[in-house]
Amino acid sequence: MDHRPQAWGRPRDDVYGPYDASYLQTSGPKTATQSPVVTGTSVIAIKFKDGVVMAADNLASYGSLARFTDVKRLRPFLSTSVVGFGGDVSDMQYLDRHLTELAIDEAYEHESSAAGTSGGAPGGQLNAANLHKYLSKLMYRRRNDFDPLWNQVLVAGFDGAGKPFLGSVDLRGTAFAAPSLASGFGAMLAQPIMRRHAATDADAAALSREQAVQIVRDCMKVLFYRDARSLDRYSLAVVTRDGVEISEDERLEQQSWAFAERVRGYGTQVV
Amino acid sequence: MFRNNYDNDSVTFSPQGRIFQVEYAAEAVKQGSVVVGIASKTHAVLVAIKRNAEELSSYQKKLFPIDEHVGIAIAGLTSDARVLSNFMKQQCLGHRLTYGRNIPVRTLVEMIGSKAQINTQHYGKRPYGVGLLVAGVDDHGPHLFEFQPSGMTEEMIAFAIGARSQMARTYLEKNVAKFADCDREELIRHGLRALKESLVQDRELTVDNTSVGVAGSVKADDGSVKVEPFKVYDGQDVAAWIESVADDKEGGASAGEGEGEGMEVDS
Repeated sequence: MDHRPQAWGRPRDDVYGPYDASYLQTSGPKTATQSPVVTGTSVIAIKFKDGVVMAADNLASYGSLARFTDVKRLRPFLSTSVVGFGGDVSDMQYLDRHLTELAIDEAYEHESSAAGTSGGAPGGQLNAANLHKYLSKLMYRRRNDFDPLWNQVLVAGFDGAGKPFLGSVDLRGTAFAAPSLASGFGAMLAQPIMRRHAATDADAAALSREQAVQIVRDCMKVLFYRDARSLDRYSLAVVTRDGVEISEDERLEQQSWAFAERVRGYGTQVV
Repeated sequence: MFRNNYDNDSVTFSPQGRIFQVEYAAEAVKQGSVVVGIASKTHAVLVAIKRNAEELSSYQKKLFPIDEHVGIAIAGLTSDARVLSNFMKQQCLGHRLTYGRNIPVRTLVEMIGSKAQINTQHYGKRPYGVGLLVAGVDDHGPHLFEFQPSGMTEEMIAFAIGARSQMARTYLEKNVAKFADCDREELIRHGLRALKESLVQDRELTVDNTSVGVAGSVKADDGSVKVEPFKVYDGQDVAAWIESVADDKEGGASAGEGEGEGMEVDS
């Protein structure tokens, strides 16, 4: 009789043969996401007089393979805010489902109450600033669990005072707001262009909707020229006090690749 | 002999379909001194009578701020109210931390409702022996909620709970149509008059035994909302309000046309 505690309740070796311990656990320790797999590239957004414009292309890459070309990376929240996702697509899908649930709960809680007071949003419901705060706590908690959601997220909409709001959260829970924001490659390529037009909130408040949309379109073109993981089909969202408009089949017009011939330093040419 | 066999715990129905423990808890609320709450379009007020255990002791507090925008009035077991108020404070802070906003009053009240209901459905637990009036402001404006030990919560225009609160409720019912458009001071005076209705014969409102709590959200002409945080007034701070309702004869003579009622009362 085997009295060792680890043998308690186990079939006896002398009767059933040695126990196959490989069934007890899979090999190795529990693992969390160590790197993103299917990814979306930059998300860019800029504030203007009456709201925020956001854009992201429709591509989900599998490494350098352009794997899915019809991915919606801009999602509306309660038809008052827009969330744009860069980074891992499966984590984006998790967040999207989570936020949908949150939005439904929020809509139920406020259904019996009267219409709201601020910023076109139905009163009391989570605005973009609230959502940004929530996402920052969510992301920071997941990073502390050493199981981060591998995304950088932009949140656009309005704050409690009814002013346009644009904030960013990344996989570490780093959160901040700015007149213009870009994630990923966009932070290098698009952000300087947007800063030329909206360095401060005062500058952004002077922009019209048409101007803001044009700036974003120009940035998307630059990104497509220079970012090898991007696509010429993209989504464009405009958040105003009247609600959220997302168009998901925008195309880059008037591309000019003439500059490409003059690009030197990589590719097949030898100087 | 006639011992009630169905009131030993809160999970056993009597043959009549009653749960006595829950009913006893509701009785405990009626032992507490009266509290009145009223909400208008702009303000929510709570007023309460404080009791002192004996002449030489201080008065037991009845109104408690929970968060910037919410306060409660309690009737029943103070120690149970303490548990609920601590819970509510935690929830308010938690909500502020995760969402960066004040918790909507309804959400908060539904939380204590669910918490209290669980106690009525588990063997070995007991219902809270306290009723609350929760007053607060949020993006939807001012609110007043009633909370019962059964877990029932309900939004009210005006309500009173506690000892002899039926008298106060009668006053409130009579004047309910006026409350929506009352300003801050009028609303407080209505509350104090309702309180006076439920006082026993030889007692009256004094600066020592009266508490007033107010929260408000007043919409300015430019559409912006000015929020008045929940604040409790005690002692000399309520003197002027008590004074302003002092001449009223019972029956709320000054509240509209009370000309006949004032005459009938011999005081």
